Amino acid sequence: MTPLLETTGLTRRYGSLVALDGVSLSVAAGARHAVIGPNGAGKSTLFALVTGSLRPTAGRIRFDGEDVTGRPDHARARAGMGKTFQHASLFTSLTVLDNVALATQRAAGLGMAMLRPAGRHAAVAEAAMRQLWLVGLAGRAATPAAALSHGERRQLEVAVALATSPKLLLLDEPTAGMSAADSARFAELVSSLGPAVTVLIIEHDLDVVFRLATRVTVLHLGRVLADGTPDEVRADETVQRAYLGDAALDDLFTEDAR
Amino acid sequence: MPAWLSDNLVTVVDGVAFGVLLFTIAVGLSLVFGIMDVLNLAHGALYLVGAYLAVRFAGDGQAGLGAFLVAGLAAVAVGAAAGAGLAVMTRPLAGRGHLDQALLTLGVALVVGDLLSARFGNDVQSVPPPAFLAGSVGIAGHDYPSYRLAVIVAGLVLAVLVWLLVERTRVGALVRATVADAPMVRALGVDTGRLVVAVFAFGVVLACLGGVLGAPVLGAYPGLDERVLILGLVVVVLGGLGSVSGAFLGAMVVGQVEALGVSLLPQYASFLVFGTMAVVLLLRPTGILGRAGRSR
Amino acid sequence: MSTARRPRAVAGGALVVLALVPLLVSANVADMLTRVLAFALLAVGLDLLAGVGGLPSLGQAAPFGVGAYTAALLGKHVTTVGPVQLVAAAAAGAGLAAAVGWLLVRSRGTYFLMLTLAVGEIVHELADRWEGVTGGTNGLAGVPPITLYPGGAPVRLAGVLYWYVLAAALAGAGALWVVSRSAFGRTLRGVRDNEERMRSLGYRTFLPRYAVFCIAGAAAGAAGSLWAAQARFVSPADLGFEVSALALLAVVIGGRGSLWGAALGAAVVVLVREALSPQLGGRGPLVLGLVFVAAVYLLPRGFAGIRLRRPRSIA
Repeated sequence: MTPLLETTGLTRRYGSLVALDGVSLSVAAGARHAVIGPNGAGKSTLFALVTGSLRPTAGRIRFDGEDVTGRPDHARARAGMGKTFQHASLFTSLTVLDNVALATQRAAGLGMAMLRPAGRHAAVAEAAMRQLWLVGLAGRAATPAAALSHGERRQLEVAVALATSPKLLLLDEPTAGMSAADSARFAELVSSLGPAVTVLIIEHDLDVVFRLATRVTVLHLGRVLADGTPDEVRADETVQRAYLGDAALDDLFTEDAR
Repeated sequence: MPAWLSDNLVTVVDGVAFGVLLFTIAVGLSLVFGIMDVLNLAHGALYLVGAYLAVRFAGDGQAGLGAFLVAGLAAVAVGAAAGAGLAVMTRPLAGRGHLDQALLTLGVALVVGDLLSARFGNDVQSVPPPAFLAGSVGIAGHDYPSYRLAVIVAGLVLAVLVWLLVERTRVGALVRATVADAPMVRALGVDTGRLVVAVFAFGVVLACLGGVLGAPVLGAYPGLDERVLILGLVVVVLGGLGSVSGAFLGAMVVGQVEALGVSLLPQYASFLVFGTMAVVLLLRPTGILGRAGRSR
Repeated sequence: MSTARRPRAVAGGALVVLALVPLLVSANVADMLTRVLAFALLAVGLDLLAGVGGLPSLGQAAPFGVGAYTAALLGKHVTTVGPVQLVAAAAAGAGLAAAVGWLLVRSRGTYFLMLTLAVGEIVHELADRWEGVTGGTNGLAGVPPITLYPGGAPVRLAGVLYWYVLAAALAGAGALWVVSRSAFGRTLRGVRDNEERMRSLGYRTFLPRYAVFCIAGAAAGAAGSLWAAQARFVSPADLGFEVSALALLAVVIGGRGSLWGAALGAAVVVLVREALSPQLGGRGPLVLGLVFVAAVYLLPRGFAGIRLRRPRSIA
């Protein structure tokens, strides 16, 4: 089956600094694909290249059967890519509902509609409320986004990203700064998304990764170190060495590790 | 020498002198924007303060060099206070964004401009140059006003001094580092707050001195602040935000275009100046010699 | 009265007072208030651009002046029908905005501010030098009074002119308000708050910015025609940096993004300059500058922010 997302030899150079070096990876439709690796491994660069906020120095990207390497970020978003940002990126002067409505109104093609008051587009508001229900923020719809707690902001971010009904959802360290309870709730939310949404996730919390992921890619110094099922990656010695030198790594990779 | 050049040499010299004056404004604007991302819209008004200081101390037609020196000292004192004051005033707004800081300086410009009007009236005030520079010098068959030549010399000396200060001293290195990456400099334990105040004060002092220097050339009148500010912005855009050599080159270019343009193509002079600025801003938002890669 | 109904009642009351003005004040005051209305339309358009759209401009005097000149030239040579001049001026302002905006809105923040300043200056110079059309530095004098419809009598009463300008300004501001409350208005706020996020949602952010720039240009042009109708004289000073700065001042004092705040700010600006300044020994600009500084510090959301109302959903 054709993968939903496929990168071939993706490279990004800054002068003599190589942030990403010939990364080829393949994300199957419906998968929960995690990208892990030590800091500086190139994970965020990979995301930026995939979503189009950065141009590759070399390599190609195929999404949903089409070569999107040359397409700008907004075009890729329209093609079905949704993302969350590493540092919660919201519309702070707007309410929670408006934040999500911006996504649903774009999906409905109403972004440039100038005549009717925004509230009169019933379908837009309903779709937005539905998203808020899904992430558990329905009660906060009228709250200014700036007043939300950290965890709530993360939830809102996911709601906004999901509101465009993306085929591929890219989550950039979504549980960073979350409590254990919030992380668990988040993992459940992702699991509940169903096969229509493929998830590509950068994560440091290996607990979340091994609970969720159907496939794991390990990046190190800009290259793919390992790529396989969670169990395969767990057992891979090169991965263990990359994370913690030569020390034994059972502690890091057992399920009750914190 | 080609005939065209020798015919227009006087205008070219005028252009260099004007360029020097623009440099005194542009370098302060450029450094302040480079170090704090603040567009100081009061800069022109502070130039005008310097010009009126010259009017106050040296405007009665009997002035010798001494009166100008007094005006210059006053300009340094006033400029330093004003610059430091502006830096302190804009600091609380840093969290609210650069536009708010620019707007604050716009308000200050209005206040200063009107205070100057109240004190000195709305007529154009002219300041004769010091007696020994009042004549002209004959070189290669043309007469050049001595004062303009003096302005050029003074300006070049100033430009060299500023360049040395920024490129060759430790303080200058700190300034350049802060322009490039302020958080990093703070992480090294440097108090960038005081540095910013110093740069702001320095830039404004230069503008005030420029006003004193330029008074015999441009005079002093309400509206001069606007004209000088806008041209200063053009220079800064052309030369790059945060670059001293850029400010100098840009000032020379704009000075020439204004002088030659007004003399040869009066209909089009200003379009050339502003059109070039617009084109440069669109193609290279950080200016021709500016530091690339910073998002604003 | 419930909290939701209060703003409407206030607005209704304000409209009634505005409509009654010519019956309550002298012709001179009516003239000044006419100028307030024209300037208010300029400020409200700038508020949509800068406050809602996040595009701070110091060049709105350009479409304003272009609109004023268009109206004046039409009045002298083609037609004195006010509404025709109004539409033509709005079109001229929008045309200028469309021509330069296409390049200008690609830049952001302070760079955009500087570019609008440059455009403003270029247009100002054009007005100064293009003597054949604009009358050069002397400006266009002797603009005939407008008529309200083809074949109508020239409007010479200050009160009648006031009502015409009031109607036109309300129509213009009303249109801007509709745009602000629409889905497009929400898009503008999104682009203002977080452009990168908008792009990640699939928005081509160039379009909304370009559109609001042109709309503000149209509003400024329309305001220019109203100004010309009252002053019956247009000169390059109407295109100067000072006009742009005062318009931005009005927006900041009034509160960016609220639209009605900008109208209030415009009233403050014109009233201080014209009514109060002579009382203050001509130190109007000083007072304005101080008010501006105070507003930037103390009222980050201008007068409109004083109510401390939480942002209601636009939806």
